[in-house]
Amino acid sequence: MAHFILRRLGVMLLTTVCLTFIVFFLTNLTPNLEKLAKSEANARMSDAEVTRWLAEHGYDQNVVTRYGQWLGIVPSPKLTDPDGVTYTRCARPERPAEIAPKFCGILQGELGFSSVFKIEVTDAIANRLGKTGYLMLAVMCVMVPLALLIGILSGMREGSLMDRVLSAFAIITTSTPEYVSAIILIAVFASKNSGISPHFVEWGLIEGPTLFKASAATALRDITFSNFTLPVTALTLYGMGYIARMTRASMAEVMTQQYIRTARLKGVPFRAIVLKHALRNAMITPFTIIMLQFPWLLTGVVIVETIFNYKGFGWSLVQAAGNNDIELLMGISIVAVVVVLLTQLISDIGYVYLNPRIRVS
Amino acid sequence: MENLAGLDHLLKITIRFWPVWVAMAIVMIPSFSTRRNTGLYGQIFESRIGVIGFSLVSFWVFTAIFADVIMTHDPYATWGGLKNALPGSALRAPAEGIYPHALLGGDNLARDVFSRVVEGSRIVLTISPIATLFAFMVGITLGLPAGYFGGRMDTALTFISNLIIAFPVILLFYLLVTPEIRSGGPAFSFGGDHVWRASVPNLLAALIFIFPTIFFCTLWQSRFYVRPKLRNILIAVTLVIGIWGYLGTAFDYDPTGLLLIEPGLKNIFAIVAIVGAPAKFRIVRGLTLDIKTRDYVAAAQTRGERPWYIMLWEILPNARGPLIVDFCLRIGYTAILLGALGFFGLGLTPESADWGSTINEARRLLALYSHPALYPALALMTLVLGLNLLGDSLREASQKD
Repeated sequence: MAHFILRRLGVMLLTTVCLTFIVFFLTNLTPNLEKLAKSEANARMSDAEVTRWLAEHGYDQNVVTRYGQWLGIVPSPKLTDPDGVTYTRCARPERPAEIAPKFCGILQGELGFSSVFKIEVTDAIANRLGKTGYLMLAVMCVMVPLALLIGILSGMREGSLMDRVLSAFAIITTSTPEYVSAIILIAVFASKNSGISPHFVEWGLIEGPTLFKASAATALRDITFSNFTLPVTALTLYGMGYIARMTRASMAEVMTQQYIRTARLKGVPFRAIVLKHALRNAMITPFTIIMLQFPWLLTGVVIVETIFNYKGFGWSLVQAAGNNDIELLMGISIVAVVVVLLTQLISDIGYVYLNPRIRVS
Repeated sequence: MENLAGLDHLLKITIRFWPVWVAMAIVMIPSFSTRRNTGLYGQIFESRIGVIGFSLVSFWVFTAIFADVIMTHDPYATWGGLKNALPGSALRAPAEGIYPHALLGGDNLARDVFSRVVEGSRIVLTISPIATLFAFMVGITLGLPAGYFGGRMDTALTFISNLIIAFPVILLFYLLVTPEIRSGGPAFSFGGDHVWRASVPNLLAALIFIFPTIFFCTLWQSRFYVRPKLRNILIAVTLVIGIWGYLGTAFDYDPTGLLLIEPGLKNIFAIVAIVGAPAKFRIVRGLTLDIKTRDYVAAAQTRGERPWYIMLWEILPNARGPLIVDFCLRIGYTAILLGALGFFGLGLTPESADWGSTINEARRLLALYSHPALYPALALMTLVLGLNLLGDSLREASQKD
């Protein structure tokens, strides 16, 4: 087992290096750097000025060298422009270029300086990641129990009316990506002119103009039922259907096994069969699926945070990518990639742990 | 002109879709009555889920085909009195011969929502299946040898596919589908004054678009190398079409101008195929590993058949069931991806009528006027739902026997 985990960690490290290099390469393509120069210095620079600005800020070095600087294994040079101003990528507002260290990469625990937010990337990410953490926590708390319940209820009696109704619900939710369900939810619950809110106001059931808020911006300070329900529901719906369908398939398969029939013939009550005999074996697949949902949720998080204006991790990804904030984008991608790879590892280990038939050699 | 009240505009919409209803009847009634003799296709009509799925998908397919007849207005033009108009509103002083009502209302730029949804179906239903097909070609061409031969190539290809799977899709979109990235890279000129830039999207397109040609040439060569005359004809035809298509799509160099595609669109094809290919690769590889142990493969090996013959003519046809099911589900997934691209305003032009872009345009006024975003959203949902149901019923049917 230890050998297996060690090897997996090695592959993970290699994958992370490859992926971050790809992101680094793509963000550092010439047109992107020219755009960065124009947004950082002056939008009306001539081509020659752009080239000079890039050289003064060390962007003319080989992309592999600069990736090494980002990693912290290659020293970042101190560059002096004709006016005598020294620049190094390790310089910060509180740490001028003269006293900046030679190495400032990920190995030194520094992810660089965000050109959009003008703060340390580590701070920018930590703050936003926390906000998204609340969102994800709420989503997981709603999605996982609900999906498992739907899956188990529909899988335990395959073909029953309950199974058909719940399966139809599950397949409808898997066909509704977040940007569609968010639109429908807002139109129904958070619009002054359509859906149920105008009626509720008329009947005097709610105080405000709408039942739920179409913006979660206030949830950054204070999470309430009215500003957090819609984003959580939009994210939950799309992910839930898939887990429920997998749970149903797994449960239905377990229910056809010999030992379940034996238990039934022995006269064990149906409830006890489902809870004591079937459940644990039926949980192996859903566990894997739930872990693999995390990376998949990232796209959803970006969409939902954009629609509901919730300034979390996904929102900063859009900001970083839209403004070509190289260091922030690198920081975001390394977090995203590590989350993906860790959940894959946990799902593999958990699979082995839950299923004694599989032994890693 | 009066605004349409109540259910009146629903009736008008239903009438407007008449070519779709006729076409669906023409296709579904014979398919239903001959369902016992048409194999897997007929099995769709044995279950209620299959019929619903098939109806939804064929509805959108025929809408895309007859879009010009169904549309009431020019989807890109603005019309008087339609700014944020509610469904069923009348146009202000429509000219002679112009449809007098906006059946699903107007958007913020006073364009007709109904016509845009119909036009959007054409865009979505052209791009999604073709992009999925490219991803399949890549997945099959690489997955078969990876599963069959194993070894180092398998390790390398699996590593690359895991790399792409671990890459957050949304980040890849933002990095690869931007106007700036298309202008980078060294320029090459050939064929007179034609200039082609070796930018990242162009290189990816050049990589992806060659796969169908490779696939078909290998397909013919592996089976017909014993009949050189037939093989030469088949390969010559494939090469002519393949190279013409390849030059036109990947290198924008097509003397006839038939296959030239907009750079943003090419970018989308390439990126959607790249994102989708690893999943196909995994499925094909897994199926190959499974089927390779069967007796008929052993028999072919004993006969002395070559590896590529076994892969393409013994293993691939026997893997078709799961692949068809996956293809259905994948088109839906591609449509969702395409919508996400449009939602972030990447790739297609902002005024494009595809559903994702329309949702993106309309979402700013969502809390006030929800209908311009709601109808494309419902369209996308029903299409994906149809594909999912169709895929499900096909899976159940193929598992039955």
